[in-house]
Amino acid sequence: MENLEDLKNEIIAKINTCTELKQLDDVRVAVLGKKGKITEMMKGLGALPQEEKIAFGKGLNILKNDIEAALEKQKKILEEKALNEKLKNETIDVTLPVRPETQGRIHPVSKIYEEVAAIFGQMGFDIAEGPDIEDQFHNFNALNMPVNHPARQMQDTFYLNNDPTKQFDMETAYVIRTHTSGVQIRTMEKQQPPIRIIAPGRTYRSDYDATHTPMFHQLEGLVIDKNITLAHLKGCLYDFMKAFFELDELPVRYRPSYFPFTEPSAEMDIGCLKTKTELKIGAGTDWMEVLGCGMVHPNVLRAGGIDPDEYQGFAFGLGIDRLAMLKYGIPDLRTFFESDVRWLKHYGFTPLDFSSMTGGLSNNGGLAR
Amino acid sequence: MKFTLSWLKEHLETTANIDEISETLTRIGLEVEEITDPSAGLKEFITARIDSVENHPDADKLHILRVNDGKDIYQVVCGAPNVREGLIGIFAREGTLIPLYNERLKRATIRGVESCGMMCAVDEIGIGTSHDAIIELPSDTPLGLSAAEALEIDPVIEVSITPNRAECLGVRGIARDLAAAGLGTLKPLNIVKTPAKFANPIKITVQCPNECPTYTGRYIKGVNNHVETPKWMKDRLNAIGIHSISPLVDITNYLNYDLARPLHVFDADKLKGDLTIRMAKNGEKFVALNEKEYELADFALGICDEEGVQCLGGIMGGLEKGCSADTVNVLLECALFKSECIAKTGRKLQIDSDSRYRYERWVDPKSNISGSDYATALIISICGGEASELTVVGSEENYQPQVAYLRPERMETLVGLPVSAEKSMEILQKLGFAVSLENGKIKAVSPSWRGDIEYEQDLVEEVVRMIGLDEIPAVSLPHDKLPKPILTPAQHNAMMARHELASRGMYETVTWSFADSDIAQYFRNGHEAILLQNPIVKELNEMRPSILPNLLTAVKNNIARGYANLALFEIGPEFDGRNPTEQHMSASGIRCGQTAKKDWSHAARDYDIFDAKADALAVIAAAKGPYENPQITTDAPGYYHPGRSGVIRLGKNVLAYFGEIHPAVLKALDIKTRVVAFEVNLNNIPLPRQSAGKARKKLELLPFQPVDKDLAFVVDKTVTAAAITAAAKNADRNHITDVRIFDIFEGGNLPEDKKSVAISLTFQPIEQTFTDKDIENLMNKVIVEVGKKTGGTLR
Repeated sequence: MENLEDLKNEIIAKINTCTELKQLDDVRVAVLGKKGKITEMMKGLGALPQEEKIAFGKGLNILKNDIEAALEKQKKILEEKALNEKLKNETIDVTLPVRPETQGRIHPVSKIYEEVAAIFGQMGFDIAEGPDIEDQFHNFNALNMPVNHPARQMQDTFYLNNDPTKQFDMETAYVIRTHTSGVQIRTMEKQQPPIRIIAPGRTYRSDYDATHTPMFHQLEGLVIDKNITLAHLKGCLYDFMKAFFELDELPVRYRPSYFPFTEPSAEMDIGCLKTKTELKIGAGTDWMEVLGCGMVHPNVLRAGGIDPDEYQGFAFGLGIDRLAMLKYGIPDLRTFFESDVRWLKHYGFTPLDFSSMTGGLSNNGGLAR
Repeated sequence: MKFTLSWLKEHLETTANIDEISETLTRIGLEVEEITDPSAGLKEFITARIDSVENHPDADKLHILRVNDGKDIYQVVCGAPNVREGLIGIFAREGTLIPLYNERLKRATIRGVESCGMMCAVDEIGIGTSHDAIIELPSDTPLGLSAAEALEIDPVIEVSITPNRAECLGVRGIARDLAAAGLGTLKPLNIVKTPAKFANPIKITVQCPNECPTYTGRYIKGVNNHVETPKWMKDRLNAIGIHSISPLVDITNYLNYDLARPLHVFDADKLKGDLTIRMAKNGEKFVALNEKEYELADFALGICDEEGVQCLGGIMGGLEKGCSADTVNVLLECALFKSECIAKTGRKLQIDSDSRYRYERWVDPKSNISGSDYATALIISICGGEASELTVVGSEENYQPQVAYLRPERMETLVGLPVSAEKSMEILQKLGFAVSLENGKIKAVSPSWRGDIEYEQDLVEEVVRMIGLDEIPAVSLPHDKLPKPILTPAQHNAMMARHELASRGMYETVTWSFADSDIAQYFRNGHEAILLQNPIVKELNEMRPSILPNLLTAVKNNIARGYANLALFEIGPEFDGRNPTEQHMSASGIRCGQTAKKDWSHAARDYDIFDAKADALAVIAAAKGPYENPQITTDAPGYYHPGRSGVIRLGKNVLAYFGEIHPAVLKALDIKTRVVAFEVNLNNIPLPRQSAGKARKKLELLPFQPVDKDLAFVVDKTVTAAAITAAAKNADRNHITDVRIFDIFEGGNLPEDKKSVAISLTFQPIEQTFTDKDIENLMNKVIVEVGKKTGGTLR
């Protein structure tokens, strides 16, 4: 009868020297397998006398448990070692760049559309639209600009022959709309007051230099009701400008001006600081013209089928491209229409940059990749 | 409209400085655009006298001066040729900023002699370019006087005059407005009546009193047009950019800007016979002062002698019978022409002039006689001569001034600022209106120089202008606390399409609504060209039939800048016809080059038409259109590759085109890379029904796992992928939930005209888990159905 304690020490020593899982399994089979040493010894128990059987059997069970525990322990050690080695071999250069992704851009003009819609939406405005090719009634006559009106000559109008089978006649020709003001008339033709609309859109004038492009974008505003006054005009535009430029305070100034379709008429300036390198809105001693406005002329209301003795209101028109330039510091109007991908990437807005009055008008370059 | 400060002060008695004047002008609606003040840089220069001149011991051309500014004596070394004892000029002391060099003057030693200052030439003080000599002032000029004062340097003010304020196209009108605003008093205009020495030998007949209500003519004989125009007049004209020509011409120009009073002067010796004012005959020829010949018609008003039209009334004189330097006898015209007639003639003949500009707006109908008197006095004082009696045809007194009424409460109800009737009347009176109260309304009779006051609103504006717009309170618009969404469904669709395309990696651009016919011709798709009558440049000559030509131009330009991988889109109008509203909103885009630059992960590939198709479907989905199971046909317009393009339809309705741009079109544009494009007509995507709510269809989740199975069919090459997938799906619409094409193979053992198409099917059990037999049955159904519809056999 061997000394079980010696046998245990011998086997555990063997287990602890194993360096591979395979080696360890060989030891297990040699000891605990079907023909393993301890298994054989278990089988031999039956031949022993009753008293010895009990004592030796107990000893063998303890031995078997100890060996199993030792095997398990060594297996864990070896498995961990093997995993570490595998992981070591899997190491890669994490400084490699990520796979190329493309992130698009929204054009600043569209962004401003969305911003002004968000702001005027808060004030209960709807958005109206009108055609780019207009008849002279909607673009001029209905806006209190009869054919001989000098303001009509000042607008550098693009003309389109209304009937290509006949010789061009300036009196009946269509025009490419010189302003979005025609939408005022088209709106009044469709609905009676109260009216509260903005009308953003493309506008066209035959002018092309450092500060003019033959196409640009305007936003028309029209508010008609029974008691709308010039004080509301000032309040509405002040509220808009503050919200648009995201400022708590903004110095503004109104100058009397002239538009055939409003009376009284005014132009609005906002306070700013002009230096050679930057333009800061809301501070400083300079003034920047931002829009034209006024109380809707009774002739315009009449042309739109609205009784000027019952209703009155205001209208305004501002340059969307100009607002984009002022707010986002874009220096040159002409670059808006050049489709230069470097410009679009730099001045454009990311697709998730939605405008709202509660979530913010713009993320201004955040998220940009 | 430009004028100088001293010119203004000739009409306005004021102590206000230029800053106050400028601020007031802008506040009352005469917006100051620019003030040019050459005296700004002259502040430190003063007048000084040369007391003695000595030769420099070491330089032939230099002199040593003793310069006296009335207080101190300075030693100055000077090289100017015109130095002499007693000369009074402009002196810069040590430390004075010299505009020419933008540096402060330092004490210097010139060839061993100390120099403590400089006698200046015009270039050095920034008022001219000459460096030949130092400035010489009259000998009675006081010493130590500021240079600006001594040189009578006059700031030039430029204001923008709105079309309604024609009277402010004359300096006097501006002075009058400033006086009404409280910035001084208007000086009386001193009009001297020149005694008539003889009867006017030229008889004047007006045949069209509607177009020419008043015509005055005065004969002035014995003038000398060789004399110099007086310096004060020349200086003022020069300051506002008008060259002095001769005294007679200068006087008419001057009165245009001084009193907004157009005049014309004929050389009376060149006129043949009497003068008739009549409408031109159709086809009548006229050569104007600008040396251009115009063919007239009966809309134009002519001032005619026996030989025809000699002056286009109110617009431009004739070349032949105007004055020259040798003119001795003149006929001075001062008349009133109807603005409609002038505007029409000017517009039809495309002829601009200062005179037309004024007549088109408003010329004081009561300024014909006074204007003639004023001009006559000026002519005779400058050029000499004797005046005839004034011939007046059509009395000025027939003019009916405009009358408007102001209900005093309208200030509060229209403007939001209560103004008393007394205050409003006071303001209007200061502006020259004759005011009175009639039944509680203010009756305001316009002064003759105002032609723009027709309505109550016009009077309101006058009062507001003088009180100041800044005095009106700003009152926020009342509005609902929780406003409704602002975008219409169509506008919302366009916005979603924009964000969807940008999220797909495309850059949004905005291009002209115009296009270049050379390129646009390929994209008209059967529509007529919508050509502008007056394009600004040849490249922008028609209304674009499609956005693509502009995007392709952008492709070309970006490639030229070194950017070849492009994904651009635009959402904007395309024009289907020339009539208003014959336009639709399109979301169009192009892609070319690769999806990315070269990369370690080899993620980049060429863009192909399936990118364009995916873009188009994404736009349709964003616009809530039918993007699942799209109906695709292959009849895209001719500017697409005939074999690599498609149309996404909803029945007859075309939702989108997509495909490769036709190589011939690219060649015409000189683009050397493949370009894929899509165009979605947003107007053709049906808008959701108003009644449709926001609730989603109830989600039914089945407890059974779906099963994926693959099949490959051999079909004719002409069989489309869509035909195979549709047939497969049709085999059992309930249980087959998805069909995907995962492989297409041609060649190998397959016959020339065949291809193999492998599809992956998803079978969804509904009632219970599939048995093997169930799956076999489904596969057989698919094989039979595909075979029936496409002739395909299992590979």
